[in-house]
Amino acid sequence: MNPALIPLVTGTEVTFWVCATMMVLGALGLVLFRKAVYCALSMVVVMVNLAVLYAAMEGPFLFVTQIIVYTGAIMMLFVFVMMLVGIDRPDSTVETIKGQRVLGLIAGVLLAALLIYAIAGAVTVGPAGLAGPNAADGGNVQGLAGLLFGRYIFVFELTAALLITAAVGAMVLAHHQRIHPKAKQRDLADERMRAYAATGEHPGTLPNSGIFATHNSIGAPALLPDGSVAEKSVSKTLVARGATIDPAGLQEGTRRNFEELERVRDADEEDDE
Amino acid sequence: MNPENYLILAAILFAIAAVGVLVRRNALIAFMCVELMLNSCNLVLAAFAQMRGNLDGQVAAFFVMVVAAAEVVVGLAIVMMIYRTRRSTSVDDANLLKL
Amino acid sequence: MFLLETVQPMAATGSFLYAWLMIAAPLVVAGILLVGGRVTDAWGHLLATLAIWVSFAVAAVIFAEMWSRPVGERVVESHLYEWFSVGSWSFPVGLYVDPLSILFALLITGVGGLIHIYSIGYMAHDPRRRRFFAFLNLFVAAMLILVLADNYLVLFIGWEGVGLASYLLISFWQERPAAAAAGVKAFVMNRVGDIGMTLAIFSMLAMFGSVRFQTVTEGAAQLQPLWATMIGLFLLLGACGKSAQVPLQAWLLDAMEGPTPVSALIHAATMVTAGVYLVVRSHAIFEASPVAQLAVVIVGTVTLLAGAWIGCSKDDIKKVLAGSTMSQIGYMMLAAGIGPAGYAFAIFHLLTHGAFKANMFLGAGSVMHGMNDDVNMRHFGNLSKYMKVTFATFGIGYLAIIGFPFLSGYFSKDHIIEAAFHANAVAGVCALLGAGITAFYMTRLMLMTFFGEERWLAGVHPHESPKVMTIPLIILAVLSIVLGALMNSWIQGWLEPAVGNHPHEVSLIPTPIGWATLIVVALGVLVGWMVFGRRPVPAVAPSSSNPLTVTGRHDLFGDAINDVVAVAPTMGAARGLAHFDKHGLDGAVDATAFAFGGLSKQMRKLQNGYARSYALTMVLGFVGVAVLLILTHLA
Repeated sequence: MNPALIPLVTGTEVTFWVCATMMVLGALGLVLFRKAVYCALSMVVVMVNLAVLYAAMEGPFLFVTQIIVYTGAIMMLFVFVMMLVGIDRPDSTVETIKGQRVLGLIAGVLLAALLIYAIAGAVTVGPAGLAGPNAADGGNVQGLAGLLFGRYIFVFELTAALLITAAVGAMVLAHHQRIHPKAKQRDLADERMRAYAATGEHPGTLPNSGIFATHNSIGAPALLPDGSVAEKSVSKTLVARGATIDPAGLQEGTRRNFEELERVRDADEEDDE
Repeated sequence: MNPENYLILAAILFAIAAVGVLVRRNALIAFMCVELMLNSCNLVLAAFAQMRGNLDGQVAAFFVMVVAAAEVVVGLAIVMMIYRTRRSTSVDDANLLKL
Repeated sequence: MFLLETVQPMAATGSFLYAWLMIAAPLVVAGILLVGGRVTDAWGHLLATLAIWVSFAVAAVIFAEMWSRPVGERVVESHLYEWFSVGSWSFPVGLYVDPLSILFALLITGVGGLIHIYSIGYMAHDPRRRRFFAFLNLFVAAMLILVLADNYLVLFIGWEGVGLASYLLISFWQERPAAAAAGVKAFVMNRVGDIGMTLAIFSMLAMFGSVRFQTVTEGAAQLQPLWATMIGLFLLLGACGKSAQVPLQAWLLDAMEGPTPVSALIHAATMVTAGVYLVVRSHAIFEASPVAQLAVVIVGTVTLLAGAWIGCSKDDIKKVLAGSTMSQIGYMMLAAGIGPAGYAFAIFHLLTHGAFKANMFLGAGSVMHGMNDDVNMRHFGNLSKYMKVTFATFGIGYLAIIGFPFLSGYFSKDHIIEAAFHANAVAGVCALLGAGITAFYMTRLMLMTFFGEERWLAGVHPHESPKVMTIPLIILAVLSIVLGALMNSWIQGWLEPAVGNHPHEVSLIPTPIGWATLIVVALGVLVGWMVFGRRPVPAVAPSSSNPLTVTGRHDLFGDAINDVVAVAPTMGAARGLAHFDKHGLDGAVDATAFAFGGLSKQMRKLQNGYARSYALTMVLGFVGVAVLLILTHLA
């Protein structure tokens, strides 16, 4: 083929360089960001860009699957678990194992060099392109389906077994063994009344969080009429995490109101006299 | 377009992910790095498929995705379990391997 | 040097077929007594004595049959069985019965039998008499193996067997530290000689491919002179160890710690003469090497003077006799070393010496028996009145050893002196001088023991020994008188099939050298009488600064020389090795252990329980393996 007829830069190439840059940056972000959520987002960036590369490599089915399975399902799971375990504090940057970072970095560089050296040597033929195979069965998806339900049918069915096993395994792992019988409404009410009899604890509902007309966040403790904090108005979990709003700021409005009221009352009394 | 570029990109991603596994203590992030490694392998498979002109590589990448999905389900369940008992997702806290 | 014709051995017939019985009888009895234990206490000594006399009877029958045979049929080799074979070498066990070995067998069983009888009385009150007799029988069996073997390897078994029996019997009274030490000393010094024996046997195997006497005798003439000399010197070293010749003489004096019958049998009559037997038996080797022969002569001459010197200066009656034994064996060695002229005389003197020295040792034992086991002659004196039989028999032994005319020592010793003068004037003069010194110290012994005033310790009441002890003394005394005259003109012809024909005749009439010998002996007796007979003997040895006396009293400083030459360097080397072992080897071992310990401590840190750390190890390991694979692929 005459070299002159080949365009200097093709669309595929542009796509590659853009996506490759994004992916490397995303991967670095995954490793370097201190906040887990940022890391997850970096991961999403990498995956979406990878999907684009799949598309560029004549693999529309992989493109779709990548987005649906990885970006859609797997990353969703990750973020979901992150929310469950409550990751809101950035990771500590202090390395606890001596030399782990330096050695890990060296190992990574060596690994990269080695892989590049080894993989580069594996390229023996130029790109054959998938235009032919894709067209053979009337399209990429049809071609893959032919392989999956043909040559790879056993592997495919094995993966089905694997997925079922994984689902069952996840359920088993997540299953919480109940040691005591579940407390019913009646039991809870009885318990509350017994507590009232014993310690005089208020048997009614717990106070709501938030302050009327100023703060309705669940992290904002309720204030009693005298301006003191109602401890039970915020979840213990939030208190433990330090995610509550400082009551001093909340009390400011109440304090001002009281001052105003006292001032007005004093003024009225002077008027009466 | 030289297929070597895809491969080198995959190698770089794999190495970065490996370093991530080595240096990050957060189990979730380490887990994501493992996923990134799998993704880089997928990239290689797809690149080879294109290079050699048949769809087997893409089928392999598809299987990797399925296996990764299964792995993530189980792995995250384990992370949840550990968090539930130890109130931590740091991989260093789970050093029960040590006697 | 001319080659001697020896007679080819023939197969055993007649009584020769039962030659093995000589060895078997005492060996079996020794086994019975040692294994049987206390059950055999009551009659063990009788059985043991009987076994020796059975052996003697067999030996006598064989001797008679040999006597009746023509000269050419007197050497008999009976093959018993094949011991083992290695490659082209085979080691048969057989008996070699010829005029030489049958004479030895008669001496061993005859004197041994008498000493057994004597020991019944001498050891009557010892609680371990049965064991003593078992050991004695073991000794006799081993000694018979030694002299009846048909090859050097079997001879070596007997050689070691007598060494073992000697060790067991010297330290028989093991509760005495001196006896235990003496046993060890004898054993260790004999090992030095055994090195010579083993080297000689190895060399023979290498040179001849066989250790049979017959093969060695036939092959010796064709041997290279260097090898002949080496084998000869090796054999001489072995002979020196066993026969207490200079330089391996030091153990014999200490060996007197054993019971007196042991001294008489093993350390006077039989075992210590094994070296002479070895040299005579290996005469072909020595004839092939003038150097080795000269070495034998030198060793013999030096020893005969050294032994006499020691004999002059000791107050311990047994040690005087031990020195005398050394000296007399020196004579035999000298005779064996001067070649064909001397072999018969060496054996002749060996036999007569076996009789009169056993007689004197047993006499000394009898004296000790009467003197509460005291051995110091300065505590004796005037015993001739109280122990008449002992005195008479001892006196006969005395006359025999100094060479009083027509007693046995007169014939055998004179022949040796004469042969020595013919072979080598220096050796002859030394032998003559030795005869004079012998007369001197034996006169001293006689005078200090049996004459003069009584110097007994308090509570000692000398008395004659029981008949069971005196009868053997009488028999041996008779032998001391007649043996020389009986064998004088007969022994050379008798031994001809074994050691070859003899070059010159002997006569009863003294030759000029014989006259000279008589004069020298008379002078020795006279000097002895003048020094010890005319004036009282002090009860405590007078301190003397005379170097001759001092040296003699210290056994010619044999122990000191051994200390400097062998013991000190060995101890030094052992200490050095121990030091090296402690600080070098142990240090290395400890250091290795320490290094492993330290390494483990460091390695343990790798096992930190952090999954990330393990992952890092995995990645590094993967990189390492991959790099290696790539490098090998490239190479």
